Amino acid sequence: MDYLLDGLTQAFFLLVTGHAETYSAVWATLVVSTSAIVLCMAFGAPLGFVLGHADFPGRRALRLVVDTMLSFPTVVIGLLVYSFLSRQGPLGGLGLLFTLPGIVIGLVLLGLPVVTAMTASAVENLDRRLKPTLRTLGASRRQELWATLHEARFHMALAAVAAYGRIVSEVGIAMMVGGNIKWHTRTITTAIALETGKGQFAMGVALGLVLLLVAFAINLGVASLRRLAGK
Amino acid sequence: MKKFLLLAAVLAMLAAPGAALAEKPVLMMATTTSTDNTGLLDVLGPLFAEQTGIELRWTAVGTGKALELGRNCDVDVLLVHAPAAEKKEVEAGAAVDRTQVMYNDFVLLGPAADPAGVKGMTVAQALKAMADKQAVFVSRGDDSGTHKKELSLWQAAGMDVPDKQAWYVQTGQGMLATIRVAAEKNGYTMADRGTFITYEAESGGTPPVVILVEGDSPLLNQYSAMAVNPAKCPGVKYELAKKFIDWMASPGTQKAIGEYSLMGKPLFVPNAGQ
Repeated sequence: MDYLLDGLTQAFFLLVTGHAETYSAVWATLVVSTSAIVLCMAFGAPLGFVLGHADFPGRRALRLVVDTMLSFPTVVIGLLVYSFLSRQGPLGGLGLLFTLPGIVIGLVLLGLPVVTAMTASAVENLDRRLKPTLRTLGASRRQELWATLHEARFHMALAAVAAYGRIVSEVGIAMMVGGNIKWHTRTITTAIALETGKGQFAMGVALGLVLLLVAFAINLGVASLRRLAGK
Repeated sequence: MKKFLLLAAVLAMLAAPGAALAEKPVLMMATTTSTDNTGLLDVLGPLFAEQTGIELRWTAVGTGKALELGRNCDVDVLLVHAPAAEKKEVEAGAAVDRTQVMYNDFVLLGPAADPAGVKGMTVAQALKAMADKQAVFVSRGDDSGTHKKELSLWQAAGMDVPDKQAWYVQTGQGMLATIRVAAEKNGYTMADRGTFITYEAESGGTPPVVILVEGDSPLLNQYSAMAVNPAKCPGVKYELAKKFIDWMASPGTQKAIGEYSLMGKPLFVPNAGQ
């Protein structure tokens, strides 16, 4: 119980006094999770849209693959990315192991299925009458696509928030691919793992609270964006 | 377009630290959790950067994984503590320039009440007594240097290494986490003295588990530095690795290692060149 109280006060001190190690971990977390979510949306949203909107052979099989990918354990993704990025691996020449971009690759693999599957579901579950209605109103193909996209925008924002939640709280990939290197690839979650391993539970709780605060700030931003978009 | 700009901004953000790194050569090290958890590297890292202009970056994993990272050419230098496994790496041509740099010793820890009555015994006697009385023994179980040492001690005591026995608990976690499990379970464990002192300092000087067996010669814990073999891994920075190893063995650094202490107790004893 003391750990929670100690953690609360420590979290406050870490943030207020500008504790350099904590801010370095916050910064690393923000860099990797922001890059990952942007890439996930850039690739996942169009893919999900096509998957939900268009009809093509093999679509259901592809859907099944994407849905299965949703339950990919993060340590397995970490292991996979490690074996590709290791100097003995096929992509070893890029020197991405133990770097932030390396972690981003793993996080994109984690978030992509979430964004794709949720976007596809959102598009599929739009009012069935939307397409025929648009057609009878004489919408062009392009206008039809645009209207569908517009209708699905809230669900896509939701997909982004859900994927971000997984990405920002991830520890297996960040630990294996990033190596938890101080000042460089130490994220908030790997720092928590380290502090817990060292038995510094209060410090771990403090960092957990910092992570929650970061997530809260981002969700607040998304919510206000939604309000703006709704107007 | 907006998305693209954002992407470009993010990529620029990622590239920025990369550009800054170009100024300073970076040496990548895999090491064991003990050198990191005790805070020793937080002292040696900046000192090394100051004196040689080389930035030391380390990932702290068990010795088993550290050796694997070396074998995969993913790091330039290793600082580990499993002499038998290290020699195998050198023989296999995966590592070169193995240099011993310091030691501390292992201690057997247990509840102050000592239910198995092992206090003051030799290691072999103590392990036998624990097995006979089925006292809870908490093992790292993670292929780390400490775990390898523990396994060799069971063998040296002429016993089969316990595995599935109910009293033998394998945590698969770091040393401090394992000591905490032992404390929670009122059991015994083996730890390096440095980590134990760290633990002692954190528990405000009155830890629930205490040292029961120490000073027996099989308990010596030797740390060595080795470079990853450049002949096998052309990408590694052998020059920097060699500099680091020589620096670790230099009189100044050896002095700094000997002076590093917690609660007035030194954690490591320098012994390069011996």
